[in-house]
Amino acid sequence: MLKVEDINVYYGNIQALKGVTLEINQGEIVTLIGANGAGKSTLLKTISGLLKPKNGQVLYEGKSIGGKQAQAIVKQGISHVPEGRRVFANMTVQENLELGAFLRKDKAGMKEDMERVYVLFPRLLERLKQQAGTLSGGEQQMLAMGRALMARPKLLLLDEPSMGLAPLLVKTIFRIIEEINATGTTILLVEQNANLALSIADRAYVVETGRIVLAGTAEELTSSEKVKMAYLGGH
Amino acid sequence: MELFQQLVNGISLGSIYALIALGYTMVYGIVKLINFAHGDVFMVGAFIGFYSITVLDLSFFPALLISMAACAVFGVIIERIAYKPLRNATRIAALITAIGVSLMIENGMIFIRGAQLEAYPTNLLPSENIDIFGVSIKSQSLLILGVSLVLMMILQIIVHKTKIGKAMRAVSYDAEAAKLMGINVNNTISATFAIGSALAGAAGVIFGTYYIKIEPLMGVLPGLKAFVAAVLGGIGIIPGAMVGGLLLGLIEALVSAAGFSLWRDAAAFVVLILILIFLPQGLFGKNKREKV
Repeated sequence: MLKVEDINVYYGNIQALKGVTLEINQGEIVTLIGANGAGKSTLLKTISGLLKPKNGQVLYEGKSIGGKQAQAIVKQGISHVPEGRRVFANMTVQENLELGAFLRKDKAGMKEDMERVYVLFPRLLERLKQQAGTLSGGEQQMLAMGRALMARPKLLLLDEPSMGLAPLLVKTIFRIIEEINATGTTILLVEQNANLALSIADRAYVVETGRIVLAGTAEELTSSEKVKMAYLGGH
Repeated sequence: MELFQQLVNGISLGSIYALIALGYTMVYGIVKLINFAHGDVFMVGAFIGFYSITVLDLSFFPALLISMAACAVFGVIIERIAYKPLRNATRIAALITAIGVSLMIENGMIFIRGAQLEAYPTNLLPSENIDIFGVSIKSQSLLILGVSLVLMMILQIIVHKTKIGKAMRAVSYDAEAAKLMGINVNNTISATFAIGSALAGAAGVIFGTYYIKIEPLMGVLPGLKAFVAAVLGGIGIIPGAMVGGLLLGLIEALVSAAGFSLWRDAAAFVVLILILIFLPQGLFGKNKREKV
């Protein structure tokens, strides 16, 4: 579904991604694990068009999308839930959800998806007329995810959905991620909580200082000594 | 009674400030730029209105609409040529460019048609005196106030109910997140310039109708005062610009009424100094802390 081939991405003169290659297949949950600043968010931003790769290719359903404008990529079915949620705090929950469907014109389908978001996140229905800035962190995460789903994405990019949330809420969010995946949405998940990410993922990549250093199925990586030492807090 | 008339005059003048201030505040809200050329768009609007009336023989409302449309296009051209290439430059570079654009428009206008004054025809709008509770008010003042208020209401509807309005609010809050929604940020910024400039064009025609005299440097002082009005209300906040403009007009009228009409212009800048010292976020602004 998505193929990233040997991309290099820079912030000014600083190289953030060094020859990264990865692949995501239809229906999978793939996770990227790695320390702060390893380049995980940079990779998501490059896929969603916020950053341009200097070279290398991003292929989505066989077509090159590397370097395209973000709005064109959303239209093709990739939605990105950014780190820190980035909801529009000055607008209501409903307006945020409507903005998620900005490019769509099929009123009936939008309504259907709105209902689906309410089923996944009943909290949002209760707070529909409330300003997004008044929501709790967990509710804002739900809103950010609901907003992304309103574009009816085929591939959902999630950046640190557990950040700053209470453990119980993290569990809820991850259960919902699995539910979203079960309805046919492919997921690329960036997560610092490697234990949790590996527990729901099919496959995983380990990112270190802009490079992919390890790849495999979730089971393989969970039992890998190197991953245990560095990311799972094992001995 | 004298005071009441002064207040009505103040509100009429204030509504012109408010129309100009809206453009300042909308543009600042979305690209964080004080567009110092905005007062000159107001001047260009006044001239387009003038020529529509005198050359094309149009009445007030068609002239108003033509001026608004032409200024909208003019604003977008300014944005595309002068500001868009500086989107990622330092803010001071954009600010200096804005001052340069302002000087260019003023002197360009003088180059094209000379620096002489023109006078709007005085019979554009009915100018009877209407008696309200024994106070006589010029019907023009009321019409001008009415037109300004209608334009502001239309703006509110655009900003809150339409798709482009929602895109504008989203981009001004978080441009990167707006991109992830599929919003075209460049087009949204252009639309903001178009709407702000159209309001300035309308203000120009209204100003000419009310104050008669227009000339190529007429935008300087109202432009600066509208900037004060935008800061007074809280820069970047649309209702703030409306209230700030009306309030500034009232303050000027009261200063005049108190017998200090020569100090009227200074009053606006005293307000600016006081606001910057005591309430830098403006009347409607929240003291925002950057979230990490």
